[in-house]
Amino acid sequence: MEKTVNQKAWFLILPVLLLVAFSAVIPLMTVVNYSVQDTFGNNQFFWAGLEWFEEMLQSERMWDALGRQLMFSAVILTIQVPLGVFVALNMPKSGFWSSFCLVVMSLPLLIPWNVVGTIWQIFGRVDIGLLGYTLDALGISYNYTQDTFAAWATIIVMDVWHWTSLVALLAFAGLKSIPDAYYQAAKIDQASRWAIFRYIELPKMMGVLMIAILLRFMDSFMIYTEPFVVTGGGPGNATTLLSIDLVKMALGQFDLGPAAAFSIMYYLVILLISYVFYTVMTNLDKKGG
Amino acid sequence: MFDATVTPKKRFKVKGSVVVMTIYLLFLMLPIYWLVNMSLKTNTEVLNEFTLWPRNLTFDNYIKILTDPSWYSGYINSIIYVLLNTVISLSVALPAAYAFSRYHFMGDKHLFFWLLTNRMAPPAVFALPFFQLYSSVGLFDTHIAVALAHCLFNVPLAVWILEGFMRGVPKEIDETAYIDGYSFGKFFVKIFTPLIASGIGVAAFFCFMFSWVELLLSRTLTSVDAKPISAIMTRTQGAAGIDWGVLAAAGVLTIIPGALVIYFVRNYIAKGFALGRV
Repeated sequence: MEKTVNQKAWFLILPVLLLVAFSAVIPLMTVVNYSVQDTFGNNQFFWAGLEWFEEMLQSERMWDALGRQLMFSAVILTIQVPLGVFVALNMPKSGFWSSFCLVVMSLPLLIPWNVVGTIWQIFGRVDIGLLGYTLDALGISYNYTQDTFAAWATIIVMDVWHWTSLVALLAFAGLKSIPDAYYQAAKIDQASRWAIFRYIELPKMMGVLMIAILLRFMDSFMIYTEPFVVTGGGPGNATTLLSIDLVKMALGQFDLGPAAAFSIMYYLVILLISYVFYTVMTNLDKKGG
Repeated sequence: MFDATVTPKKRFKVKGSVVVMTIYLLFLMLPIYWLVNMSLKTNTEVLNEFTLWPRNLTFDNYIKILTDPSWYSGYINSIIYVLLNTVISLSVALPAAYAFSRYHFMGDKHLFFWLLTNRMAPPAVFALPFFQLYSSVGLFDTHIAVALAHCLFNVPLAVWILEGFMRGVPKEIDETAYIDGYSFGKFFVKIFTPLIASGIGVAAFFCFMFSWVELLLSRTLTSVDAKPISAIMTRTQGAAGIDWGVLAAAGVLTIIPGALVIYFVRNYIAKGFALGRV
């Protein structure tokens, strides 16, 4: 749509600007403030320069948390994206069953995150949970509170359960926008199922799939509640992801300086990914997607 | 000539996809079924027997939650701040989304991007500064504090979703209305709002949902008076001798708002999560 230049539009933006400034800019400036100062209590602060940043960059704790975080995001993306596309390809295209699938698949997306944690906490318990009990009965030792591998497996399966549907729904939206004529043409050419996927469905889905991947990366990168409820970051620090570590540091130990420096670096990473996301979105808009 | 609908090969493929979908939907439903199952059992049955369905069907867990103020006040608190947040987010987002969808102005693209970064910002980064900010202005442990804090991600979300819907309304409608002598306010309320009613519904739903599912900020900003149900649930878990039945029932009750409207929003779920861009 052609837009007209109108500087008065600023007045329409003003409420949003003020509100978001209050709830984003002020807190963020507080963080910046803490990140360059040191305190010995009594509200007395001293200029510390980049000390905290240097300390955090050398701290093994942060790099470990970052490593675990990247590992977590990588694993869930490798599972969720292909699985989501696969599910989308198998969804009924229209009619009652299509609606039925949509409704059931949306359900996990709308469950409060701590309840997602609670569901899996119960589900995975050896004494009272269906999953834990079954695995135990099969003779597989499984205890997500003590065994690192089991803890990781639980939070990954939980995330797959929680979010794969989102990838599937987005991919499905992409698939539905493909005109029938494409499939008819492919039929005339006697294209194989794989060729149809590779040369028709995948290119047409690429835009929404990029959104799905970025959303999943971003949300998994700041995941807090679900693993916190299930494992509390344990056993030991095995599932202490970035957000869990940050909250521990800031609200548990009140290490303001390091936590603030940590926050800022965390935020910068998110900013970078947001930019990629924005570019993809605006390109998609231009194509009329 | 090209009867592409029914061929034997295709019928066979449909069967394969039915199997795939059945397995996937079962995988999604099993944990939820287990939660519901557990919420209908007595705690003795939960701990002493392993049963696939409740042998002694009981609604005591639900009755306990709905009669004990320390439990049900959590739901009331959550609903209050969620509704507050939805109203605030939508009322500021509507004019802004209109401006973004219709006009070019200085810094529009940067602003739009900046809003997005707030939707993407990790709540963990904001937990501590929010705590201090709201404590210092005396809003700690109030509903409005949580509602304002959730604006951090809900206002950008609402702006993006609404903008996505508004760009679908042809600009000629605006121009015709202005020629007919409508003022901006009158046009917006009488003509434009009904046209994007479904968009407002979707935006409201997602504001409600994202505020409802959030735990970290709402837990950090409250202690007693405005404590949300999610925080009550996590705190009970630390104590020895957890009443699993009640915990499960509390969980089931939090799923209900989503489950109630899910049928109406089924076609918009993807759109809402993708910020109105699909």
